[in-house]
Amino acid sequence: MKINLLGTRGSHPISNQESVYYGGSTPCIQVSSGQHQIILDAGTGIVNLRSSRSEKKEHHILLTHLHMDHIQGLGFFEPLFDSESEVHIWGPVSSQDSLFDRLQRFLSPPLFPLSLRDVPCDLHVHELADEKFTLQGFTIFTRFISHPGPTIGFRIQNGEKSMAYIPDHEPMIGSLDIYADANWLSGYDLCNNCDLLIHDAQYSTEKYLKRVGWGHSSIKHAAELAKACGAKHLVLFHHDPSHTDEMLNSLFEKFIDGNDYTFPIELAREGMEIDL
Amino acid sequence: MIVTLNTRRYMAHDIEIILSRQLADSLSVPVFIVDTDGTLLFYNEPAEYILGKRFVDTGAMPVAEWSTLFQPFDDDGNRLLPKELPLVKTLYRKEPAHGSFWIKSLNGSSHKISVTSFPIIGRAKKFSGAVAIFWTDQKAKE
Ligand SMILES: [Zn+2]
Ligand SMILES: [Zn+2]
Repeated sequence: MKINLLGTRGSHPISNQESVYYGGSTPCIQVSSGQHQIILDAGTGIVNLRSSRSEKKEHHILLTHLHMDHIQGLGFFEPLFDSESEVHIWGPVSSQDSLFDRLQRFLSPPLFPLSLRDVPCDLHVHELADEKFTLQGFTIFTRFISHPGPTIGFRIQNGEKSMAYIPDHEPMIGSLDIYADANWLSGYDLCNNCDLLIHDAQYSTEKYLKRVGWGHSSIKHAAELAKACGAKHLVLFHHDPSHTDEMLNSLFEKFIDGNDYTFPIELAREGMEIDL
Repeated sequence: MIVTLNTRRYMAHDIEIILSRQLADSLSVPVFIVDTDGTLLFYNEPAEYILGKRFVDTGAMPVAEWSTLFQPFDDDGNRLLPKELPLVKTLYRKEPAHGSFWIKSLNGSSHKISVTSFPIIGRAKKFSGAVAIFWTDQKAKE
């Protein structure tokens, strides 16, 4: 399984000299194995997905939730406008409006020139709750997690290997500690013994305390959750747009120096490829 | 190809239950959280005084155990069955319930308490359990 990080920035895209290394595109990840491919989230990073576009006719985009940073690139996903393409969009169910109607609110005038209803591709929209299904040869588990509005995380299993993707997550609202008991951990079933966890780490501890309830983790939250779940490798994701490369490096080094986690932890970087 | 598989058995509680505990942890009123079978998954610190137990010591408790711990009885002194308690009614009917009754505390005195319970039904319309909030009306019947 190949995991290609096409966008790693949280909240909104950025473009400046100080943030070139970790990148400025918002969340999008390509997961592939042989001929099979799925796309996780449709942030602006989706426009980096240029290579194999013309070869494939069936596309699957799995959305964790509908916050703008995770769908901003959806309207620029070219297969939507190819009448020979089949595009499947998967995302969390809501108690009220359908997923299609919620997406249509953004992908329709006046916010977008075209309506999602009128795209020429063969479009299928699928609603997800807590589920397990197979798609493109991958076994996929979804679970609602703690974040404002309907939000799911994904666990993707390919043979013996597994990855979990929880880009926006506040596992314990208002606390720097997480519950010790696995039963009470948001996201636990997704991360349990996974080979790779890609997880929200938007804030420093100090900043988290000023952003309680906004739905994001501190680096410590991410590391403690990974440790509690037995994740074998943690990639810190959804970088705060105000954090330059230098600030990210300094926050990360400060955190790592004060702790002794037994699994590798690193910062997600746009363009990073991970082989599992 | 898309194939839906059998439902997986999860280790962690549903997110609605987890978030209910986070709320209960931050309240000053006693709160119980039960699953669909009536198992008491969590009770907060104020609720420890009603049960005379500590959550760290007991962990989750089956309905037959927790519903008799505080010996509920009505105004005429008749013992209440578990199915007469608001929280158990909510579990059966999947709708809110309210009631007042008496309980005996550990020191032998009796207190009248009120209970409001409501079902936990998440966005996907899945029934995950129920929450009960307690408060003491008055003290009497030594
Ligand atoms: Zn986000
Ligand atoms: Zn979000």
